[in-house]
Amino acid sequence: MKQNRNWLELVVESLIRATGYSAILFVALIFVFLLREGLPVFVEVRPGDLLGARWYPIESHYGLLPLVGGSLVVTLGAALIAMPFGLATAIFIAEIAPRWAREVLKPLVEVLGGLPSVVLGFLGMITVAPLVRLTLNTPTGLTAFTGSVLLAGMAIPTLVSVAEDALDAVPKSYRDAALALGATKWQTIWRVTLPAARSGVLTAVMLGIGRAIGETMTVMMVTGNAARIPDGLGALFMPVRTMTATIAAEMGEVANGSSHYHVLFTIGIVLFLISFIVNLTASTVVFQQKKRSQRLLS
Amino acid sequence: MMSRQLTQRLVFALLTIAVVVTTLPIVIVVGYIGWTGASAISWEFLAAMPRDGMRAGGIWPAIVGTVYLTLGTALIAVPLGIASAIYLAEYAKDNSFTRAIRIAIINLAGIPSVVYGLFGLGLFVLFLQFGTSIVAGCLTLSIMTLPVIISTAEEALRAVPQSFRVVSVSLGGTKWQTIWRVVLPEALPGILTGVILGLERAAGETAPILFTAAAFFLPRLPGSIFDATMALPYHLFVISTQVPGMPIQIQYGTALVLITFVLSMNIIATVIRSRARARRQW
Repeated sequence: MKQNRNWLELVVESLIRATGYSAILFVALIFVFLLREGLPVFVEVRPGDLLGARWYPIESHYGLLPLVGGSLVVTLGAALIAMPFGLATAIFIAEIAPRWAREVLKPLVEVLGGLPSVVLGFLGMITVAPLVRLTLNTPTGLTAFTGSVLLAGMAIPTLVSVAEDALDAVPKSYRDAALALGATKWQTIWRVTLPAARSGVLTAVMLGIGRAIGETMTVMMVTGNAARIPDGLGALFMPVRTMTATIAAEMGEVANGSSHYHVLFTIGIVLFLISFIVNLTASTVVFQQKKRSQRLLS
Repeated sequence: MMSRQLTQRLVFALLTIAVVVTTLPIVIVVGYIGWTGASAISWEFLAAMPRDGMRAGGIWPAIVGTVYLTLGTALIAVPLGIASAIYLAEYAKDNSFTRAIRIAIINLAGIPSVVYGLFGLGLFVLFLQFGTSIVAGCLTLSIMTLPVIISTAEEALRAVPQSFRVVSVSLGGTKWQTIWRVVLPEALPGILTGVILGLERAAGETAPILFTAAAFFLPRLPGSIFDATMALPYHLFVISTQVPGMPIQIQYGTALVLITFVLSMNIIATVIRSRARARRQW
């Protein structure tokens, strides 16, 4: 009996250890399979062509610049919208709102975060796109700006919840000290609480933007999908095509093993690397912040 | 010079406006879908096969497909995720290897959903030759869901006070007995919340199943796990962008069913969490 116990214990423990390591295995697997399907492109297409300005796969033009540019414009626009509104919401919920307002706002932001991206895209098509077309008097409402607005909606829940956590983590004594010195509530928030939560707020913004750059269905449905290099501010109000939307829209129609197929995987590698860098940076910021707060409070 | 009180009032007013601008559209738009979509909902719409190139009839195969995909994902991701969380919370030492696991989890959480789709296509559909199938879709969705389940389950396990473990071990319980009989039951509500939130994401995702599981139009139910399937999110994408002359009623109705499916999971998770918090005595 005793022997049995030990045996069971050993089996369970080694199983749990093995699954514990699985996350590393999965990241490696994802990278390996992207490379496996994406790398052949560097043999088939001249690297110079990949940096070209024309994405027109039917005639073997595989210039990635319009797609990268499209993703940048849409994401930048989303960041410009999401940052002020997301931070305002986080500050409002964490510092200003009375209890009842907090109880209403938090679930509401969670609902926004829980909406599937395809639903957000659908909503964008029936509400935001016509609004954009009417107010800007453009031929189509399916523009980079429309995508930015909706991606901001996608980024805001992430941004709000991480930033709110960071603000909550600032010790109450900081605020008490500022208030005792005669500062107003706003001065306390602006000069004490926000600076103290700086790195957490930065992480929030980065994770929000990371979410936006990888978003697929929403941008595919509302940005019009025209592959052209954005030039100047006007590009924000024209149709664009992002990296993610290109993969989603074209993978269904390519022949397995063709150059076009390999290029789509190459775009996947680029996206993988971007998200890797963003998340790695964001997580080191978090680690640093923890260390600093431990030092301060010890 | 503006007085400090005046500045504060101004800033707070601005903040309030920003919050209203952010949140009011959510209420209006979700309410609007509920209102318009409700008129499309009927027994036939929910339980019949689509007809006339999806322009009439129901969405039954899409509903069933999403249920299959969600359940299949749960079957794979839940045991794997909870076991990983147990490892991180109870077994892992604080060393650089554990840091590497954590970084891997953070990165899994950040990888764009369409890249999961590519990965699933490369590994499950082509390399392992599962074809476009429910099983390939479930495996892809599972890996995508894993980080959510792991991090929330780990947090729930860590929230169980150390004294519980000490007592169990002092009574002669082995490490695994302690985890299985003491720690896991205490952490269950927290773990369940994480599991449901993870599955909620899987149920609503489109990009990962685009090339791994989804069928454009399939007027019958999938016969085995190696069949392709319709799914609600992909169906909404198809009928709102790919099919000309689609009655708007059907689009709203499908969106409403999908939102209801996903948000009710969200509500269940919230209820479990708040009830567990209210009952907790430590």
